[in-house]
Amino acid sequence: MPDTHALVSDFLNKLKKRKIEGSKAAAKLTAELLRTVISQQRLPNTNQAAALIHAIKAIGEQLTAANPVELAVGNIVRRVLHIIREEDLSLTTASIGGLNLQALSDDEDNVDRDDQPVLSAAAVAAAARSTLRPPALQTLIEDVSHSAAIHHSSSSAGDSEEKTKSTDKNSRSRKLKHNVIETVNELIEDIATCHESIAEQAVEHIHHNEVILTLGSSGTVIEFLCAAKEKKRSFRVFVAEGAPRYQGHTLAKELVARGLQTTVITDSAVFAMISRVNMVIVGAHAVMANGGVIAPVGLNMVALAAQRHAVPFVVLAGIHKLCPLYPHNPEVLLNELKSPSELLDFGEFSDCMDFGTGTGSPLLQVVNPAFDYVPPKLVSLFITDTGGHNPSYMYRLIADYYSANDLVLQQRPTS
Amino acid sequence: MDSRRRVIDPKVRKVGFFTPGPPPDRTQSGPAGPSSQSPISNSLSPVMIPPARQASENLSRGVPVPPNVLRGHDCLDVGSYGMSESVMSEETESPRRVGIDGEFSEDSANWMRNPRDNGKSPAVDNEDSEDVAKAQFQKNSKPLKEKTTKAERRALQEAQRAAKAEGKKAGATSGVSAPTSKPVKQPNQKKDVTLLASSSTAVPEKKGGEKSLEKDRKKETVPHPRMQFDDKSRVEKAKKRSVVQQTEARNRVEIFRHLPQYERANQLSDLESKFFQLDHVHPAVYEVGLRFLAGDIMWSNTRCIAMLQAFKKVIEDYSTPSEKTLSRDLTAKINSSVSFLIECRPLSISMGNAIRFLKALIQKSTLAQTDSEAKASLCSDIDRYINEKIILADKVIIRHAVTKIRDGDVLLTYGSSSLTEAILLHAHELRRQFRVVIVDSRPNLEGQSMLRRLIEKGLSCTYTHINGVSYVMHEVTRVFLGAASVLSNGTIYSAVGTACIAMVAHAYHVPVVVCCESYKFHERVQLDAICSNELGDPDVISKVPGRMNNPLDDWASKENLQLLNLVYDVTPADYVSMIVTEYGMIPPTSVPVIVREYCREHILI
Repeated sequence: MPDTHALVSDFLNKLKKRKIEGSKAAAKLTAELLRTVISQQRLPNTNQAAALIHAIKAIGEQLTAANPVELAVGNIVRRVLHIIREEDLSLTTASIGGLNLQALSDDEDNVDRDDQPVLSAAAVAAAARSTLRPPALQTLIEDVSHSAAIHHSSSSAGDSEEKTKSTDKNSRSRKLKHNVIETVNELIEDIATCHESIAEQAVEHIHHNEVILTLGSSGTVIEFLCAAKEKKRSFRVFVAEGAPRYQGHTLAKELVARGLQTTVITDSAVFAMISRVNMVIVGAHAVMANGGVIAPVGLNMVALAAQRHAVPFVVLAGIHKLCPLYPHNPEVLLNELKSPSELLDFGEFSDCMDFGTGTGSPLLQVVNPAFDYVPPKLVSLFITDTGGHNPSYMYRLIADYYSANDLVLQQRPTS
Repeated sequence: MDSRRRVIDPKVRKVGFFTPGPPPDRTQSGPAGPSSQSPISNSLSPVMIPPARQASENLSRGVPVPPNVLRGHDCLDVGSYGMSESVMSEETESPRRVGIDGEFSEDSANWMRNPRDNGKSPAVDNEDSEDVAKAQFQKNSKPLKEKTTKAERRALQEAQRAAKAEGKKAGATSGVSAPTSKPVKQPNQKKDVTLLASSSTAVPEKKGGEKSLEKDRKKETVPHPRMQFDDKSRVEKAKKRSVVQQTEARNRVEIFRHLPQYERANQLSDLESKFFQLDHVHPAVYEVGLRFLAGDIMWSNTRCIAMLQAFKKVIEDYSTPSEKTLSRDLTAKINSSVSFLIECRPLSISMGNAIRFLKALIQKSTLAQTDSEAKASLCSDIDRYINEKIILADKVIIRHAVTKIRDGDVLLTYGSSSLTEAILLHAHELRRQFRVVIVDSRPNLEGQSMLRRLIEKGLSCTYTHINGVSYVMHEVTRVFLGAASVLSNGTIYSAVGTACIAMVAHAYHVPVVVCCESYKFHERVQLDAICSNELGDPDVISKVPGRMNNPLDDWASKENLQLLNLVYDVTPADYVSMIVTEYGMIPPTSVPVIVREYCREHILI
C-alpha cells in the first residue's frame, strides 16, 4: 500500500509545517485520509475490528505527534476508532442475533455497549442507506476487501480456530469495512456542514438591536452572524481586530459586505466597550473535556471582561472541536509560539533578539502565543451543531462521541 | 539639625505607606540638609508627618521628563541638591503652606476630639462662615516671611474655636449637618466642604463679594459639564470660532457622538498654511498646537509641560493694553490659546488642572502690581508648578516605587509611560535584578520605543502584544502602570488597554501598582470609558504595519463600517492594588483624600 503511506506522510508533513490552517480543515483532511486508509487496509479474517483499530491508532499516533496542538486531528482519529468499535459491535450483535451470546475478543465493546445504543442504531440505519454511497468508492472497497480476503485466506495460518467460518467472516469483513466507511462519510459530511447547523440556531440567540462583540475571525462566527442577519434581525457587531493576525479586519469586511452594522475596535478597547455589549460570540480552537476552551489568543481577556460586566460569553464550536482530554496547564502545554516577526520588525530589533546563537543571555524575548485557554467558569454557553450546552455538560457529550479506550492514542508496546 | 526640624513645619504630609528611608547611598548628602535618617521617617506608620524639606532634599536622582535626560547618571552630588533647594525654597512659598498644613495636622487631631469637646456636630451657619472668613483673612494677611510657631498657631486656633462655639450658640442651625463633623474653620476644610457641594457651608476664599464668590466657588467645585458634541447648535457655534479645519469625520460610531471627531487627513497641512493668518495665536502656542496635531508629543507629562512653557512665553510677551486689567485681559488671551490647543487635540485632565491653576494665578494678580512684576511672578509660578508638581513629584514617586521592586521580580508594564520607564531604569541603576515584560498594543505601538530604550540600558525585556497578556501573566510578579489621570472614585483614567492589563493581572492575583503624580488627580468621577474619552484617528486602525493591502483600506466608503480608535479607558478601582503618588503609596479608596487635601492647594497659593 504505497499510496496510503505516501498520503499519510504527505499529510504529516503538512501538519508539521503548519500548512493546514484551522481546525475544520484539519479535521476534514484527517477524516478523508483515514477513510482512504480504511478502504485500503487489508483485514485478517479474524478480529478485523482490532486490526483496523490497530492500524488507525498507529496512524493517529503519528498525526497527533506531528502537531500536538491541532487537537482536531486527534479528535477525528478517536471518532473513527469509535465508529469502528460501534460498527463491529452492531455487526456482531446482528449476526449472532437472538442466539447465544458469546464473549467477543474485543473486551472494549462491553464498555461501550451500554453507552451507545442511540448512535449504534443510527449507524446501522446509515449502513442501510446504501444508495447514498458514491459508486466509485464502493467498487474500490469491494475490490480491495475481496483481494484482501483472498490473500488472507491463503497466507494467514495463525488464526486457525476461526478458519472454519471463513466465508461467513469474509462477508462480515466486507460488511464492517463498508459500514465504517459509510459512517466516516457521514462524519465528513457533518464536519462540512457544522457551520450551517450551528448557524441555524442563530435566531434563537440574537435579537433585534443587540450589540455583539467578537474577536479575530472564525468561519463559524461569520456564518452565525450572517444567518441571524438573513432572518431580518438588525444588530450591531463590534469586531476586535485580533492582533497580531488582524483577522478581525477580514471579518469586518465580510460582515459589511453582508450588510451588518460593524465597528472595528482595537483589542485594547475591549474592556472599554464591553459595558455596551449584550453578548460576546467567538469561535474556538478546541473544547476540552472540562468545558475549558483553547481559543485564539486574546479571548481570555475578552472572557474576563465579559464576566466582569456579566455579558454572556458564547463559544461556537463544531463537534469535531470537542476534545476528550482534560487539560493540564493548557496555556503552556497546548499552546504554540508564533514568529516574533508578527510583532516586531526584525530589521529594527535584530541586534538584540534571541536567535539562539548569540553568546550570553539575550536581552529581548518576543512572546507571540497562538492560543489562550479560557477556563470553563468564564464560558456561559457552547453552541455546537447538536445544540447549546453548558460547559459542565461537555464531559457527557464526549462520552457520546468517543470510546474511553481511545483517549490515549499512544499504543502500548505490547499491542 | 533636630531642633531645626522642629521649627520647620511639615509641608508634605504623606499618607499611606511610603518609603521609609532614602536610598542607602544618600547618606552623604549636603551637610546643610537635615539628615535623611530621621527617626520619624524610619518607622513605618500609615500616617506620617515627615520633616518639611525632606521630600525635596532626599530626591536622589534627577529624573527629568524628557527621555534623553533620563540616562543621566545619579545626581547624588550637591548640585542637584542645590537645584531642588532653590525649587522648594522657603522664601517663595513655604511659610504659608507650612502654616496651612501644620494647621491641618493639628486640626485632624482636633477633629478626632471634636465630638467630645463640643458634644454636638458642628452645624454651620452664615454667621459662622463670616467668622471664618475673617479669621482666614487675618491669617492670610500675615506677612509671608514670618514663620508661625506652633504656639502661635495654637493660640489662633483656640480663638477660632471660641468664635465658632459662640456662633453656634447664637446662630440658628442651618440644617446642613456635616456627617463628617469636620470643623469648618480651617482653610483646608474648604475643599472638603466644597466637595460636598453644600453651598451654605462654603467658605469664601477671599474677602468681599461673598455671594458672587460663593457662586464662583460652587461653579469651581462641580466640574464643568464637558461640551457634548451631539449638541448640534453648540457644535455649530464652536465650529465658527475654530481655527483648525474641522470636517466631521464620516462613519462615526453611534455611542460616541458626544465626542469630537474630525477628519485628520489635511488638518495639519491646513493649519500649517494658516501660519500668517493666525495673529491672535502666539507662535509658541501655535508650535505646541502643531506638535499636538502631528502627534509628536504623546505623554501627558510632556504635553502639559509643553503647554505651560508656551503659556509662559505668552505671558512674557504680553503687555496689558491701556484701559484693561491684566487679570481679565490675560485670562482672555490664555482662554483663546487654550481653545486653540483644544482644537488641535482635546486637553488631557492634567492639562486642565494646570490651566485651572494658571487662571487662578492670573485672577489673583492685583492692580497694585505693575505689569512686569505680575508677569515675573506668573512666570516663576509656572516654573515652580512644573518643577514641583511634575519633575520633583516624579522623583519622589520613583523613590517610592523602587522599594516595591525586589530581586527576581518580573515586572509587567503597558505601552509607554515616562514615569514607569524612569522607575525601571532607576531600579536597574540600583542593581536590582529583575526582568521587564512590555505589553504593547495597536495602534500606537508605543511600547516599541520604550523597549528600545530599556534594552539600550541593558534591561532584559520580554515583548508581547496585549492579546498575549494572559500568557505572560503567569510569570509576572508586579504590574506597573502609568495613568493619565486618577479620578476621585479611584478609577484610573489611562491609555486604552490599561484596564485590560489590570483586569488580567487581577484575575491572576498579581498586584497592580499605578504610578501617577498628584497634579493629575481630578475630582470628577467616571464609571465607564464611554462618557468621556478622546477619539483618535480611525485611519490608523485600517493600516496594519508591514502589510501592503489591507482589507479595510476603503473603509470610509462603506456606510455600515466604522472604525473606533479610543484613546483612553477607565480601570475600575478594585483592579488596582496601590497608587504611588508623591505623597506616598495609597489605596485607590484614598484618592479623594489626596484630591481634597492637596489638589486644590495650588489654587489657594
